[in-house]
Amino acid sequence: MTDTAFVEFDQVQKSYDGETLAVANLNLSIPRGEFMTLLGPSGSGKTSSLMMLAGFETVTHGEIRLDGRSVNSVPPHQLGIGVVFQNYALFPHMTVNENLAFPLQVRRMGRSEIEERVREALQMVEMGRFGNRRPSELSGGQQQRAALARALVFRPELVLMDEPLGALDRQLREHMQYEIKRLHDQLGVTVVYVTHDQSEALTMSTRIAVFKDGSIQQDSGPETLYECPETAFVARFIGENNRLYGRVERVDNGVAEVSIEDMGQGRALAINCSGVGTPTTLSIRPERVFIGDTGENRFDAVVEELIYLGDHIRCRMRVLGHDDFIVKMPNAPDHQHLKAGQETQVSWNTEDCRALDALP
Amino acid sequence: MVRRLRALGLTIPLLAFLFAAFIIPVLVFLWQGVHDDTYARYMSHSTPVLEAWDGVSEPTEAMYAALQKDLVQARKDKTVGKVATRVNRELPGGRSLFTSTARRAARLEAPYREAMIDLKPAWGRLETWQALRVAAARYTPTYLAASVDLKYSGDGSIRRQDEKRRIHLTLFWRTIEISALVTIFCLLLGYPVAYLLSNLPQRSTNLLLILVLLPFWTSILVRTTAWIAILQGNGVLNDLFVAFGVIGDDSRFSMVYNRTGTLVAMTHILLPFMILPLYAVMRTVPKAYVQAAHSLGANGWIAFWRIYLPQTLPGIGAGVVLVFILATGYYITPALVGGQDGQMISNLIDFHMRRSLNWPLAAAMGFVLLVLVMFLYWLYDRVSGIDRMRLG
Ligand SMILES: Nc1ncnc2c1ncn2[C@@H]1O[C@H](COP(=O)(O)OP(=O)(O)OP(=O)(O)O)[C@@H](O)[C@H]1O
Ligand SMILES: [Mg+2]
Repeated sequence: MTDTAFVEFDQVQKSYDGETLAVANLNLSIPRGEFMTLLGPSGSGKTSSLMMLAGFETVTHGEIRLDGRSVNSVPPHQLGIGVVFQNYALFPHMTVNENLAFPLQVRRMGRSEIEERVREALQMVEMGRFGNRRPSELSGGQQQRAALARALVFRPELVLMDEPLGALDRQLREHMQYEIKRLHDQLGVTVVYVTHDQSEALTMSTRIAVFKDGSIQQDSGPETLYECPETAFVARFIGENNRLYGRVERVDNGVAEVSIEDMGQGRALAINCSGVGTPTTLSIRPERVFIGDTGENRFDAVVEELIYLGDHIRCRMRVLGHDDFIVKMPNAPDHQHLKAGQETQVSWNTEDCRALDALP
Repeated sequence: MVRRLRALGLTIPLLAFLFAAFIIPVLVFLWQGVHDDTYARYMSHSTPVLEAWDGVSEPTEAMYAALQKDLVQARKDKTVGKVATRVNRELPGGRSLFTSTARRAARLEAPYREAMIDLKPAWGRLETWQALRVAAARYTPTYLAASVDLKYSGDGSIRRQDEKRRIHLTLFWRTIEISALVTIFCLLLGYPVAYLLSNLPQRSTNLLLILVLLPFWTSILVRTTAWIAILQGNGVLNDLFVAFGVIGDDSRFSMVYNRTGTLVAMTHILLPFMILPLYAVMRTVPKAYVQAAHSLGANGWIAFWRIYLPQTLPGIGAGVVLVFILATGYYITPALVGGQDGQMISNLIDFHMRRSLNWPLAAAMGFVLLVLVMFLYWLYDRVSGIDRMRLG
């Protein structure tokens, strides 16, 4: 593809058993300095892709190139890729210092230089005091930092992380997200990060590739991914969204006329729907729905449930036969006061409603 | 507290069984190594006199008289043979001295001293009486001393055994040597197998594991004799060598009825005891460690030596201790394929148990072997720590 690509997956396939594809036709190109996140549900092939990139798994078909070289042709220890494993994989029989010194010793660095670099790397992750401890004597978060420092201490240009925060509690996870982000900005390394937590992906990445069944559904920046999902799967997987099922009646200038659930008529951006008469999924973000008739598409609604969340109020409503239609009302000074059971109207603008592929 | 007691209660049957079927017999047997009252039981008159004697002064007429009385009685009770056997262990030639004197003891007349010396000049020698004194003692270090090639004499001194009677230390040393070699061979052969087992998909693992365990299902005798068929002078292996022209027909290797035979057969038989603990530990070593080592720039050799091997040390420790301790006690295999220089200490113990019927000496040797193994175990603990040993 482009010659700025640092990491490139070119029609990559992976099969463990020769029958089913764990990764099916993966194309991805990652420029230098990017924070690329592979996001997807369990079993969608994220780890497999990462392990192939790290050289631990063979590529069944296609090619992965790192800086123009095919990784298939280089033994893993010569790739110079830092890897942070899901369970950290800190060597249990070595202290933190020895763990960090290992990659430098292997590179035959001088003793004083090794000490210097290890100290520097530990300071970078605020672990200076723990150098003489064994991994088993560290908390989960501390082990995580040590693993991070070890993956960075030999200054690789590419760092792979496979759900590195999966084992941490929420507060620590958010803190570490920030730390990793800071290190990425500070060091300018290229990061390929695997997670199945969409909020983690949104906060950290410069680009996100959404995986489903071994192939990429959409590959774009976090904002685009949230604002402009291209498939119903992505829309559902990233953030909250309301789905309505309908049939395309007419497409005109990028706007589709859709009959929704045979109960109403609406207009939506024709993003990913086929021709007239085919089924489609309409996707509307809850924060883009108005109570009342402000928007272009209006429908009757019944309030089912109200949840007060401080900064906003979550309102579950019955709309067009669905009783799980969510509306988020900001807690503004003039917001409407609804009651459960109340009959009202919801509306949204055509540009906030996307007509996507029909989910099976 | 109650729960603890209940848990303890569940182990009582096993403890009781171990106590009755293992600990007590072992203690009784070891007891025999230091306690022998054959003489004291049948020679009731001379025993107290011998015990009172200082072991260096001239034997008195009273001692001769007491002995004469005992000999007459022993001949009548037909126990003289047992006593003679006991004395013979302390005094070469003691058996015939005893039996022939006993035969004529009834006809001897006072003073017994002159009469007995007349009959057999050996009665005039101090060593004869010192040997009797050793035999008369109920508690004696003589067997323990003998099992490490020392001689305990009636005058209370302990000296090294005569040159040509020193066989035990050599055998103990050889036992350790053979056990150590077998352990090393088992480790070298078993480690790769265990590694393979722990890295294959489950289905193939089960099949291979059965192959590893297969030897357990055949009798040890069958396996050992199979090795004879393979290794002997005109056995399978030599035939193959000759057929392929590796060696001439007249210079076949002698691989059995010597130490080679013992080493080969024992390594084969003990191999599973090395493989199983290794496999159990290796299975728990996550793949990610070696992968991490590779990603950090270590080649296969460094990743193995510095990362993988240290993680399997608990398994190595368990396998080594298991195989070594089992090997020190082996005797069927060396007996069948060991020839002269492949015999181990257990074979001698067996000899004394079944042939020479010298149970006290067998017990003493067993005791020394036990102490030796416990010492090595202690040494191992000091060096690498038992708590780091894992059987899986
Ligand atoms: N070593 C293996 N042998 C056989 N099949 C495997 C192996 N590793 C993964 N798979 C299969 O490949 C598919 C993709 O697995 P992968 O581990 O890449 O998923 P993932 O996206 O990382 O999931 P998760 O979020 O649960 O980690 C799954 O169907 C899995 O069962
Ligand atoms: Mg995974």
